[in-house]
Amino acid sequence: MAAVRASGRAAASPQLIRKPENLWASALRRLVRNRAAVIGMVIIAILFLTYIFADRIAIKPYDVQINADNNAVPEWLVKLFPMTRGYARVNNAYPLGADSLGRDLFSRLVYGTRVSLTVALVGPLIALLIGIAYGSISGFFGGRVDNIMMRLVDVMYAFPGILFIILLMAFFRSTFGGQQAAPGTLRAFLSALDAKVGGMLFIFIGIGMTAWEGMARLTRGQILSLREKEFVEAARSIGASNWRIMFRHLLPNAIGPLIVAETLNIPGYINTETFLSFIGLGVMAPTPSWGAMIAQGALSVRTYPHQVLFPGLALSITMFAFNFLGDGLRDALDPRMRGTS
Amino acid sequence: MSMARFIVRRILWMFVVLFVVSLITFVLMHAVPGGPFDRDKPLPQEIIDNLNARYHLDWPLWKQYAQWVYDVMVPRVTTAPPTGSLLDSYLVEFKVGKVYFRWMNFGPSYTSKSRTVNDIFRDQLPVSAQLGVMALLVAMVIGIPLGVVAALKQNSLWDYVGMAIAIFGVSVPVVVMGPVLVWIFGVALKWLPPTGWGAKPPFLLGIFPSELSFDYFKYALMPAIALGLGSSAILARLTRASLLQVIREDYIRTARAKGLAERLVITRHALKNAMIPVATVLGPMFAGLVTGTFVTEQIFGIPGLGKYFVTSIGNRDYPVIMGTILLYAVVLVLANVVVDIMYAFLDPRIRLA
Repeated sequence: MAAVRASGRAAASPQLIRKPENLWASALRRLVRNRAAVIGMVIIAILFLTYIFADRIAIKPYDVQINADNNAVPEWLVKLFPMTRGYARVNNAYPLGADSLGRDLFSRLVYGTRVSLTVALVGPLIALLIGIAYGSISGFFGGRVDNIMMRLVDVMYAFPGILFIILLMAFFRSTFGGQQAAPGTLRAFLSALDAKVGGMLFIFIGIGMTAWEGMARLTRGQILSLREKEFVEAARSIGASNWRIMFRHLLPNAIGPLIVAETLNIPGYINTETFLSFIGLGVMAPTPSWGAMIAQGALSVRTYPHQVLFPGLALSITMFAFNFLGDGLRDALDPRMRGTS
Repeated sequence: MSMARFIVRRILWMFVVLFVVSLITFVLMHAVPGGPFDRDKPLPQEIIDNLNARYHLDWPLWKQYAQWVYDVMVPRVTTAPPTGSLLDSYLVEFKVGKVYFRWMNFGPSYTSKSRTVNDIFRDQLPVSAQLGVMALLVAMVIGIPLGVVAALKQNSLWDYVGMAIAIFGVSVPVVVMGPVLVWIFGVALKWLPPTGWGAKPPFLLGIFPSELSFDYFKYALMPAIALGLGSSAILARLTRASLLQVIREDYIRTARAKGLAERLVITRHALKNAMIPVATVLGPMFAGLVTGTFVTEQIFGIPGLGKYFVTSIGNRDYPVIMGTILLYAVVLVLANVVVDIMYAFLDPRIRLA
């Protein structure tokens, strides 16, 4: 956070004449001055490049098991963890070693970005879509509609989120996974769609069904305060329809802070996927996910600590980057909020 | 609105919420295909029929749910002694004179032949709760001082280091922290036992470990740190933000102006007020820690409730699923009610709405 503080002091120097700039331009200016946020963005950019070019970067396929190379360890790792010297199969063809099924760890790590980054993108998207739709209806119409809709959100809040997701995943997995469904049915369609997105469809749905509540509350608050503003009254007085007021006046003004708030939730979604894959309810094997790799590596942490260390490192760095970016975005858009949780 | 009415209303609302939660769980649980007695090698049909009849699984779903609600909610007052059957076991049982009062029958566990859901609660929940308490303590001991120091020395090295630790805390999830701790302190250095829990049932007053030994803390230290680190980061950031806001208030300037020693200004005026948002977040945080122990329990081989929940879903062990979710929901809802009430006590400016 050093960078935030430093840039704050720089901005304090008096600049009497400055061209008027809009909210977003000044936010962007503050964002690029925030060193931590820039580092976060660079890391995320690198991760996305890895995501796109995973086929070229990975040196081996992620799912080919070579039994002869189970738990293979390269020479440099043997030097780093001397206790493996006695029992490890040294094989320098694997830059980060191989897992207990003889699959290249490095390649699996590279492909693993796909799962984490997809979740990082789709999770907030679903939460925003459902949350904004729900919250804006609730806030706009107010009164009894608002009361009922918000009570429902209260109930969902009381639902232990993680347990709900676990239950949902069990439902999806056993309904749509495994056995063949009759073609043409919704089940067959969803199963096919799930296979297309690498078994992540139901993770998205699970996250979506549990993540929208916070966004709905936030949106409702924004809409409630905005709809009392003069410009809405003005629009109404010249005969604008509800529809028009909502989409032309309320939502464009509300959406910025909502997106920023949602950015701060991204590490949470990545964490949820990792957690689900860790307990075996996440993406389907052999699709590599960092969570599944950590779960597998944790089993042999006593003998091959690097198998849990590398996916753990990848995951933590990604979380760092999104946390940095989220903090930076919030500070940039609303400097008064700087440093608050 | 008076305090009493507010509390009563909140508690009534709590029952509505718990009812809805249990209903959603029931529907979702029965929507999962398969039954509790499916095996790789199928059981003979007569046996399955008998089992279904014994556990009322042959009833229509609405009747099963109604029976469950009745068993859990409605207290039984009888003069006949309990039969001792697994289907007749209650969480709260006591005897006044010749009359038996019994309340909350969560049913048997389908998978373990000799245990009821109540037994699982009695033996496993205290472990998860102890882990949650320890993690909360870790979070408070690390987080609050870190936040206070960072705020008092704003923009100094202390601040940067403190907030860097906080970012680290929220960025390294339990699934990473756990195995790394196990490897460093459990395997490489051999300072702490890598797996296990230092207390066994029966527990003192049903919750506390029956003896607090050095060993108990040795077992608890790593899991508590792994679980509590993320929360400590949240506490540190919250404390810092709150204290920064408070020390800019007029009454702090007044306290300084009347010549109060800086130490007193901070401890008596600033900290006391800055702790209000921190105190209110502790309730939900504790609830989150207790209900979020699955991974920690799995990594450290702790016999808590989280593990039971995950396996119970795979086994379609309906009473265990219902009981665990309801129990966790009670913890979460209670935490929120406590916060609402605490707000009113801590900050008289807040009117109960």
